[in-house]
Amino acid sequence: MWRIFHKLGSPKWFFGIAARFMPWLLAGGLLLLMAGIIWGLAFAPEDYLQGNSYRIIFIHVPSAFMAQSVYIMMACAAVVTLVWRMKLADVFVKAVAPVGLVLTFLALFTGAVWGKPTWGTWWIWDARLTSMLILLFLYGGVIALDRAINDEKSAARAVAVLVLVGVVNIPIIKYSVEWWNTLHQPATFKLTEKPSMPAEMWVPLLLSVLGLYLIFGWLACVRMQAEILVRERRTRWVKTFVTTGKV
Amino acid sequence: MNAETRPTVRLVRSSVGALAAMKGVFARDMKVAFRQRQDLLNPLLFFIMVVTLFPLGVSPEVSFLQEAGAGILWVAALLSVLLSLDHLFRHDFDDGTLEQLVLQPQPLFLLILAKTMAHWMLTGLPLVLLTPILGVMVHLDGNSIAVLCLTLLIGTPVLSFIGAIGAALTLGLRSAGVLLSLLIIPLYIPVLIFGTGTVAAAAEGAPVGAYLALMGAFLVLAATLAPFAAAAALRISLSNG
Amino acid sequence: MHIVHRPEYGALMSEPLLQAVNLHCERDTRTLFRQLSFSILPGTVTRVEGPNGSGKTTLLRMLAGLNDAWAGELRWCGAPIASQREEFLRNMLYLGHRPGIKPLLTPLENLRALMAGRRPSPDAVLRQALQGTGLAGFEDVPCRNLSAGQQRRVALARLLIADEPLWLLDEVFTAIDAEGVKALEALLQQRAAEGGAVMVTTHHDLALPDMHRLTLGAGEASDER
Repeated sequence: MWRIFHKLGSPKWFFGIAARFMPWLLAGGLLLLMAGIIWGLAFAPEDYLQGNSYRIIFIHVPSAFMAQSVYIMMACAAVVTLVWRMKLADVFVKAVAPVGLVLTFLALFTGAVWGKPTWGTWWIWDARLTSMLILLFLYGGVIALDRAINDEKSAARAVAVLVLVGVVNIPIIKYSVEWWNTLHQPATFKLTEKPSMPAEMWVPLLLSVLGLYLIFGWLACVRMQAEILVRERRTRWVKTFVTTGKV
Repeated sequence: MNAETRPTVRLVRSSVGALAAMKGVFARDMKVAFRQRQDLLNPLLFFIMVVTLFPLGVSPEVSFLQEAGAGILWVAALLSVLLSLDHLFRHDFDDGTLEQLVLQPQPLFLLILAKTMAHWMLTGLPLVLLTPILGVMVHLDGNSIAVLCLTLLIGTPVLSFIGAIGAALTLGLRSAGVLLSLLIIPLYIPVLIFGTGTVAAAAEGAPVGAYLALMGAFLVLAATLAPFAAAAALRISLSNG
Repeated sequence: MHIVHRPEYGALMSEPLLQAVNLHCERDTRTLFRQLSFSILPGTVTRVEGPNGSGKTTLLRMLAGLNDAWAGELRWCGAPIASQREEFLRNMLYLGHRPGIKPLLTPLENLRALMAGRRPSPDAVLRQALQGTGLAGFEDVPCRNLSAGQQRRVALARLLIADEPLWLLDEVFTAIDAEGVKALEALLQQRAAEGGAVMVTTHHDLALPDMHRLTLGAGEASDER
């Protein structure tokens, strides 16, 4: 058991294994995402209230969903960093924080675009948009702190503390959704409840969420590989890899 | 060397308890602060000045100030606490007393709890005491002022506790002040929402007990968890320096 | 300087107080030391030596627990330090580059605050310690009005009333005059004679008989692992 755990923490081992999985992640992700989006945009029925403008949820919901999941994944990695000091967890947090930031921005942007025809305005200070904005700030803080600390070990541990402090905020954000439940619609898709939309709508939505998950996995691998190469640049295996292309 | 001539030394088996050590930390911080009284006044002056900007910058109309007053005071209080956070640990870091604090044989989070309480007594509490005067100046009614003071009384320690984490994380970094704000402001938002929301509810005549209790829960959460996070962050920052 | 007050309690120890096993420390892509092992016995003064940048300060900070970016094992009285941190801190006194003195407080207040977390002592004892370091007449002057050497002496006053068996002293001779250095040397020797263990880094030539030396290399680029 411990040996597997240690192996998991070895950047070199990860580098090799990631290379094997990445094509599958990318192919599967693109396939699912394209299927979900094309189905959603072209074939799913119109919403009886919002007409065609609701179709942006096939992009908005997956990115909002991912933006939050990424932060939670980062929090899990942060625990691993602080408790077991696993290098790979540090690399993961550093590599995916900017991805989370972009996803959050995408969710906010598509939310604004959706808001224009729905509410007649680009921006509304409702609880859900505001909590996404706070999430954007949280990502920004994580990235800023990581850049500000020179020593990479200290940076990783400081960022881990910050991420964990931030994750305590997420339930509070959820709570403020209930308190401020105003203009925005309640969560469109919940895993535990029977979805209120027809299957022709939520199946493509589920497909694009899964697709985005896989693409995120691919992107995380790419960025982690790059980060590993920088961190391990002085080791023999990286030198071999750079000259021969073999791990 | 044979066994008889080998030097021996007595191990120290006990030291001061955590409570006495906390008292020591608290007393020292208070004493240092009162030797440098101007530093105590600065956040208060800042608080007053920020509040003054709103009538000048937006509108001096009574209806606007009544509506926005609680929010203005809360934001101003939040900013002045933020401003004062930078020296929560910085002076101690520079002169080496922070190292000695970390090396005390008591749990570090308790010592940080004591330090943060001293910080609140020196910044948050004076802000609360000043609030009635500023509340009158922004035309809040008596009931709103009372509720506002209560929310600040419960809320400003939360600001100090959460802020301690940021101050510890950014210790010894370049442009730590701005970075500290970036890290901490998002974490302050829920407290701000509930602080001002409670005053708004009170202005509409709604009962506020539940909201105050909720803010109390925030305070309990912050007071129990934040010192641990700040202690971990301090160790990381010291390890780096 | 002479020892003012030192209560006796706790167990007698003649085994190594501190043991380091295969310490490895890297800083900013440079290996400061690797496979560094040593034991610190009661009744010894050990000087940590090495050129600038060889990791003397880092080593002392590691031993004190201020720096945790290292690998290897540290033992206190035979058991890992990590499992008995408070016990270790109670028995260790660390003085670093920064003296740990608040400029706004007086020497007496500073010493009182430093002792408050360990073993509060009556003011008479504290004053005696301050006088012992040559600060007679300055006990109640704010430290910012004192010279660098005098501020350092405030920190050193702790040594006169310290009962911690292990002292880690990083560059404590800085800003101290020749006479003060002599007195401090005598104090360290007296401490060793009592059974205490001292680790010290300094650029001064320490004139102590049977002083142990721990020499660190110039550091090496950690090219290959």
